[in-house]
Amino acid sequence: MSNTAAAHYTSTGLDTRKIAFWTFIGSECLLFGTLISTYLVYEGRSVVGPTTQEILNLPLTTISTFVLLMSSLAMVLALAAVTSGDRKYSIVWLATTALLGLVFLGFQVVEFTEFVHEGLTISTNLFGSTFFTLTGCHGLHVAVGVIWLTTLTILAFRDKLGPEKAMNVEICGLYWHFVDVVWIVIFTVVYLLQRGGIR
Amino acid sequence: MGTAATAHSMIQHAGSPTGIWSWITTTDHKRIGILYGVSAFVFFLVGGLEALIMRAQLMKADNTLVSAEAFNQLFTMHGTTMIFLAVMPLSAAFFNFVVPLQIGARDVAFPRLNAFSYWVFLLGALFLNSSFIFGAAPNGGWFGYANLTSAQYSPGMNIDFWALGLQILGIASLAAGFNFIATIINMRAPGMKMMRMPIFTWMTLVTQILVVTAFPVITVALVFLTFDRLFGTNFYNVAAGGDVLLWQHLFWLFGHPEVYIIILPTMGIVSEVLPTFSRKPLFGYAVVVYSGCLIGIIGWGVWSHHMFAVGLGPIADTYFSGMTMLIAIPTGVKIFNWIATMWGGQVRYTTSMLFAIGFVAMFIIGGISGVMHSAATSDLQQTDTYFVVAHFHYVLFGGAVMGLFAGIYYWWPKIFGRLLSEPLGKVHFWMMAIGSMVTFFPMHWIGMLGMPRRVYTYSAELGLESSNFAATIGSFIIGLSMLLFVFNIIRSVRRGPIAGRNPWGAATLEWATSSPPPVYNFSILPEVHSLHPLWTEGGVNAIPDEPPGPVHVPGGSYWPLVTAIGVIIFFLAPLLHMLWPALVGGALTVFAAFNWAFEPFEM
Amino acid sequence: MLLVLTITGCQGPFPQSTFEPVTSFGESASQLFWMIFWFAVVVFVLVEGALLFAIIRYRARPDGPEPKQIHGHTALEIAWTLAPAWIVALIAVPAIEAIWEEAAPAAEGALVIQVTGHQWWWEYRYPEYGVITANELHLPVGRPVELQMTSADVIHSWWLPRFGGKRDLMAGRTNRLVFTPDSVGEFTGQCAEFCGVSHANMRMRATVTTQGEFDSWVASQTAEPTPLDSLTDLQRRGHELFMTARQPASNSCLACHAISGRSFGVLGPNLTHVGARSTLAGGLIPNDAENLASWLRDPSAIKPGTDMLKGDGSAVGMPTVGLTEDEITALAAYLQSLR
Repeated sequence: MSNTAAAHYTSTGLDTRKIAFWTFIGSECLLFGTLISTYLVYEGRSVVGPTTQEILNLPLTTISTFVLLMSSLAMVLALAAVTSGDRKYSIVWLATTALLGLVFLGFQVVEFTEFVHEGLTISTNLFGSTFFTLTGCHGLHVAVGVIWLTTLTILAFRDKLGPEKAMNVEICGLYWHFVDVVWIVIFTVVYLLQRGGIR
Repeated sequence: MGTAATAHSMIQHAGSPTGIWSWITTTDHKRIGILYGVSAFVFFLVGGLEALIMRAQLMKADNTLVSAEAFNQLFTMHGTTMIFLAVMPLSAAFFNFVVPLQIGARDVAFPRLNAFSYWVFLLGALFLNSSFIFGAAPNGGWFGYANLTSAQYSPGMNIDFWALGLQILGIASLAAGFNFIATIINMRAPGMKMMRMPIFTWMTLVTQILVVTAFPVITVALVFLTFDRLFGTNFYNVAAGGDVLLWQHLFWLFGHPEVYIIILPTMGIVSEVLPTFSRKPLFGYAVVVYSGCLIGIIGWGVWSHHMFAVGLGPIADTYFSGMTMLIAIPTGVKIFNWIATMWGGQVRYTTSMLFAIGFVAMFIIGGISGVMHSAATSDLQQTDTYFVVAHFHYVLFGGAVMGLFAGIYYWWPKIFGRLLSEPLGKVHFWMMAIGSMVTFFPMHWIGMLGMPRRVYTYSAELGLESSNFAATIGSFIIGLSMLLFVFNIIRSVRRGPIAGRNPWGAATLEWATSSPPPVYNFSILPEVHSLHPLWTEGGVNAIPDEPPGPVHVPGGSYWPLVTAIGVIIFFLAPLLHMLWPALVGGALTVFAAFNWAFEPFEM
Repeated sequence: MLLVLTITGCQGPFPQSTFEPVTSFGESASQLFWMIFWFAVVVFVLVEGALLFAIIRYRARPDGPEPKQIHGHTALEIAWTLAPAWIVALIAVPAIEAIWEEAAPAAEGALVIQVTGHQWWWEYRYPEYGVITANELHLPVGRPVELQMTSADVIHSWWLPRFGGKRDLMAGRTNRLVFTPDSVGEFTGQCAEFCGVSHANMRMRATVTTQGEFDSWVASQTAEPTPLDSLTDLQRRGHELFMTARQPASNSCLACHAISGRSFGVLGPNLTHVGARSTLAGGLIPNDAENLASWLRDPSAIKPGTDMLKGDGSAVGMPTVGLTEDEITALAAYLQSLR
């Protein structure tokens, strides 16, 4: 095999970056799994309030969840646009994804601020500690994703995101969808399945 | 260009730049491997010194050589250093140098990420050890049980150095994990199916999978601890309804896979060394691979055997007892396969082989005491005593460390182009073997006769002074053997005999290159047709000395180091309870990461 | 060499030996240990023997032929997978039986003792008798004991090797340890979970006696302390010093220690009958006038870390109060009178 061919040879036929990224996602599953398990183990064991029933705002969070789900749709469209070399819609959909992600974060900021005003901080009780750590960690991941998407948008704007760069967008998409799936689990466990009360 | 059979300094080889800057910006897996090896060995000596001081304190009852606080810092740092700063990075030295060569690749999947892992490790190790300068070295044990580690019961900076230091080291390990998994899965030479991979590469793969799954768990546990100490969260706060056991479960969920992370690579090394010096293939290659995978998987299911005294209840105790006994089976199978490898062979007693045999002999003993621990009721007498100290030193020192020395004596000629002295090596081996028997064997009965662990002193009434004294003598024998080793390596660097391509007549691909290998590893990509490419007729295509045309070799980069510096600065914030390092460090990390992402760099 | 090692280990006595249990709980652990030990000896001899044989018999000869390149042998693999599996099964059955035996609740009429671990001493309460003491247990021979254990601060572990295995003490949880001492005698143990600076100094002792002796011990432990008017002048001065408030308040004896009917502190050991104990400072030093004086003079010299502060500013253990020599003499005399 010539040395030029050798440079592109892979054992599986898959892109090495994609394989590495899936490994990263596997690792992140353990990370969020540990945070979610801790949340579940400690649910309902706070000694003082506020409790989940008293403070969680289901309607508001349903809207933000919907926003995040829509952002995943935008991401799919973005990848399609980049793959087919459509500069205009690459910019549009990448920017939309980032924007929707930012909106989701905005909702979280509002929610957190509201909670603090109502007397729930990260140190108030077990619920505060587990809730803010879990959703805060997720929010951090969303923020990193927004930065990533913004960078890709700018690259697309500067004509540096042609179809040959589609793998970069696909991997960003993997990340973004993963973060979305984690949110679905968090939303279900924390907001929908509330069993919280005071011990 | 060309072979190592010249008078060049051993670091310089085909096309490789020289000078400190070239080392700081290196992305070459071979150089990174050497960096890991040198740093890890230095920390191994530091950890050893910590052990010698402890043994000097314990050599007689009611001794006053060091204070209680100093001793508690010593045993905490000894354990933390040996595990995270010595044994794991020494294994990483071999992952780095050997694995790409064994699979016929030019480098790892992400060379700059590889460099980043090293710099984060080094800076993290310095961060952790700088605590000594502040007189605040970690003092809560290497396992840092809550709630002793809370701000209430450990108000100083000691635990912060520990928790944050481990987080930093975790980042290095995780990055390397992603790198090596991608490398091993996707960059094997044509014809090298998974079941034709060298056994060391296999064990590396299983180890890295354990790393990327287990480290997130300890990361979360440490975040909880740091948040409790810094922000007053309640994860381990009993008064707020929290449970101190949460720490233990999370820690040991990580901690048990961690001990397999430590031992599997060294089992891989032994599995390479034994066949080479028996002139026979590894007996039961497939079974050894499968048992390694099985150990990795079952290793996730045994964690609470560290918690038999906690009172989890008979159902939990039964389950964990049973699973722990189960894991003895694949472990035993490996040992039998190693013995069968030598059986009927032509066994050459090189130093490397002696260490590999020593590994097997000592690991048998450590494994046996492990089975004793698996019976929960009798473990209630053994846990937290010197009996368990004996057990894990047999598997970690008699096992992992001996395995690592087997690797050092085996691959040294490939890495540096020169042989180590065999006579000196053999004396080193025997001193270490005898020293470790004298040090650790008495600890079995010291524990069963009533001495708990993590104690800076003990009463003469226990009747254990002479046994402790004997253990101390043994530890100093080990220390002396290390001095001998250092002498050996310095001598080899200067005037060791030239090694040649394959001084041991081994079978795997790394021995097909010159010693040391050229910067591009292989002049053309190998095509592999056998599990033992160099032992089989037509096992691999002929690899010419010179490449047919120019080979592109990626240049260096300083962004990995800058990013690593950003990370360290960030971690100063929770250490010092200040905000600005987080902002500065975070900004630097992001800035460096962007530059890293956009600089021209091609594999 | 191993012989030498084993011999140096063999001179007794070994007061904290796990090989000389005086309870059936300890006996069951010991039996399990020895059973596994003998299996281990067999495995050790066979496997190490095979290893030694392989490397000696098959050492390389200078003109030796290329060895047969055997890659494996399926039947052998199966055999040496099943053999350890069989041994493991043989060990598992008694091991698991022992787990369930130990988990059984204490017999009817067991002597319940509430244990609270502190940095670095043991608080003992006998609810059946109203006894409150520290560091030294008295037990009647032959009666089942149930320790109900928790911690006031960090994790500790109660370990008296001749009684059997250990159990951890944790804040917010109550653990139990059940055993029946079947011999009279004095037995020592110590904390077995790292609990801070003076973990090594957190010792304990148990005195197992006949029922009659135990009853008189209970009687003396529940009696009122020596009345004040029968104290000598020196002892009374000690009592007055004990009851004096000092600056800071945490330096006052009565802030932390209780003496029945006189003071009610709960942070330190109950001293109502401290004069009758055989040790001081968490089972660490013999209880005599000189040691007591040394302790009062500078506790952290005997037990490092007692003078440290916790995160909330409270003392970990007994502070160095800064008493004069006269004060020390008086206090010691008073405390020794509290039998």
